[in-house]
Amino acid sequence: MTTKPTVAVWKFASCDGCQLSLLDCEDELLAVAGRVELAMFPEATSRMVEGPYDVSLVEGSVTTPHDAERIRQIRDQSGVLITLGACATSGGIQALRNGRDIAEYVANVYAHPEFIATLATSTPIADHVPVDLELRGCPIDRRQLIETISAVLAGRPPRLPTTSVCVECKARANPCLLVARGTPCLGPVTQGGCRALCPSYDRGCYGCFGPMESPNTASLTERFVALGVSGPAIGRAFAGYNGWAPAFREAAERAGERL
Amino acid sequence: MAGEQNLDLHVPVLARVEGEGAMHVRVADGRVLDVRLEIYEPPRFFESFLRGREHGEPVDITARICGICPVAYQMSACHAIEDACGVDVAAAGPDGAVIRELRRLLYCGEWIESHVLHIGFLHAPDFLGYHSGIDIAADHPRMVEGILALKKAGNAVVEAVGGRPIHPVNVRLGGFHRAPTRAELDALVGPLSDAREQCVAMIRWTAGFEFPDLRRSWELVSLRHESEYPFNEGRIVSNRGLDIDVSAFEAHSVEEHVAHSTALHSRLRERGAYHVGPLARWANNHDLLPAPVRDLAAEVGVGAVVDNPFRSILVRGLETLYAIDEAQRIIAGYRPPGLSAIPVPARAGEGYGATEAPRGLLYHRYVIGDDGLVAEARIVPPTAQNQPTIEDDLRVFVAANLALDHEVLAQRCEQVIRNYDPCISCSTHFLDLHVEHR
Repeated sequence: MTTKPTVAVWKFASCDGCQLSLLDCEDELLAVAGRVELAMFPEATSRMVEGPYDVSLVEGSVTTPHDAERIRQIRDQSGVLITLGACATSGGIQALRNGRDIAEYVANVYAHPEFIATLATSTPIADHVPVDLELRGCPIDRRQLIETISAVLAGRPPRLPTTSVCVECKARANPCLLVARGTPCLGPVTQGGCRALCPSYDRGCYGCFGPMESPNTASLTERFVALGVSGPAIGRAFAGYNGWAPAFREAAERAGERL
Repeated sequence: MAGEQNLDLHVPVLARVEGEGAMHVRVADGRVLDVRLEIYEPPRFFESFLRGREHGEPVDITARICGICPVAYQMSACHAIEDACGVDVAAAGPDGAVIRELRRLLYCGEWIESHVLHIGFLHAPDFLGYHSGIDIAADHPRMVEGILALKKAGNAVVEAVGGRPIHPVNVRLGGFHRAPTRAELDALVGPLSDAREQCVAMIRWTAGFEFPDLRRSWELVSLRHESEYPFNEGRIVSNRGLDIDVSAFEAHSVEEHVAHSTALHSRLRERGAYHVGPLARWANNHDLLPAPVRDLAAEVGVGAVVDNPFRSILVRGLETLYAIDEAQRIIAGYRPPGLSAIPVPARAGEGYGATEAPRGLLYHRYVIGDDGLVAEARIVPPTAQNQPTIEDDLRVFVAANLALDHEVLAQRCEQVIRNYDPCISCSTHFLDLHVEHR
């Protein structure tokens, strides 16, 4: 009956914020909903249509044996699979468990650790199945989400930033926090897309869009050391919302953070 | 199929809730044997990995517990850690007073966007027989467009003060990285003024819904402040005599790792299950509501105590109206502070914070070590506190409605859960119990 492309929204370990970004597109929501069939979006609708799906939007990271299996099933049923945000693209903040004593982590929160089925690691979707497109950010930028959905529907590649946050700071004519004020800022190694949000609020970038392509984290680390930032503090700066992304992980470990 | 004395109701994927859960109800010989709100949201161990982070970091990190109510996490974290470090921002001179107001303003924005999302997109479809808010738009386009505009106004407030609607970047210990300019806040006045009209229309619209019959008598727990409807400050009180400082919360509320369900259930040591959220705030602070909100409440038949949980949709609407008016009041009186944040140097100690998330009391406790790092963190989200109460509501509702067609009953049971706007993603305390269930 319908010829509209079917879209499914899936949740793994996450805060719901990235899929909420879709409902936060107040001006575009009804228009987007008119162009696609929302076949599976439990947070927004109780109608659940079985697959296959033309487009799957996946939020969250893989942290349980069950979810490791579920993402494979979703991949099998999906045409284009797009990951949304830091959890899905790099493992998210919950990847701070990786490399730690997971049994101790469980026991710290739960009285009956034997009830908990969890993996020792939080890993990105792409560690488990092929991913066609990824949207960065903690959370994603809703304008990028609309651009990506529009592009996929039109059969063209989405226009997404590939440069660092620095480029966006320059575009907004922000004074450089790192140079002018000596504020530690991950902007030089972080992919843009946020329109240099944090520097525009007088704070250093904390890397929520993850590493840009070929980031020079070693050079930035030297700069932080020169500013008097301690080794552990540098480690924590990289071990954040995208700490399990290889470039940030390596920088964190170099600074002595165990990941 | 209606009226059977034995039945197994299972809803494997609860729709229109934040996060992932399921529901199971078992009836034998006309008796409700078992009611479970199952939550299979994977655990994320925030309280574990917060240890060893700098004392300023939980403000941003705990926001990631919930994308729907990040401001609540930021506010509870700020107040708890400031308490640990011996800083009282609200009392810190004229700048502290302005920062206190800005925090309330930020919270107003979150209440508006979260409540309106729930009213229009998660809850209203139940009453009108639609699958989603988007489906409602097909028949009621102007109402849904109005609701979207209202939600957008709430997001605009969070964005103006916090930088972005989800996981705001501008909050820090002691206040904000940068105080908003007058112009940034003035830009909100027009949209909020339009939003007020939309909100009144929405409240009147929802007042016309048909509410299933369910009368409950809960212990209603919320903050109470001496002079204003509570966001960030006050004592923890109840309609049954609880009246404690925030620091005494864990002495009164115990968390149980219950095998048959999926969260750490909270109970009051003395009296058992309790209820947090809009109905609790409303009952405990009704005398502090401004006259325009109380007048509209009276018009739509909402008194000081609402004992039918299905009518919570009305109280959320009325709290949204309060938040709009409060936001306008704060904006009208705003003068940018000299300091955007009061300094909060790390100090070894323990601190407590509780604020009113849209869905109820959110408690944080931190121990800061001599090294300025977090040594211990405890977080009790509202949905963990409500879970035993939600199950009690289900038990009572199912027992009284066994004559309903099973499909209708299952749908109504989902609605009973949605009455609480449960935030299952508040995952610090939610765990995967498949092992136990199967």
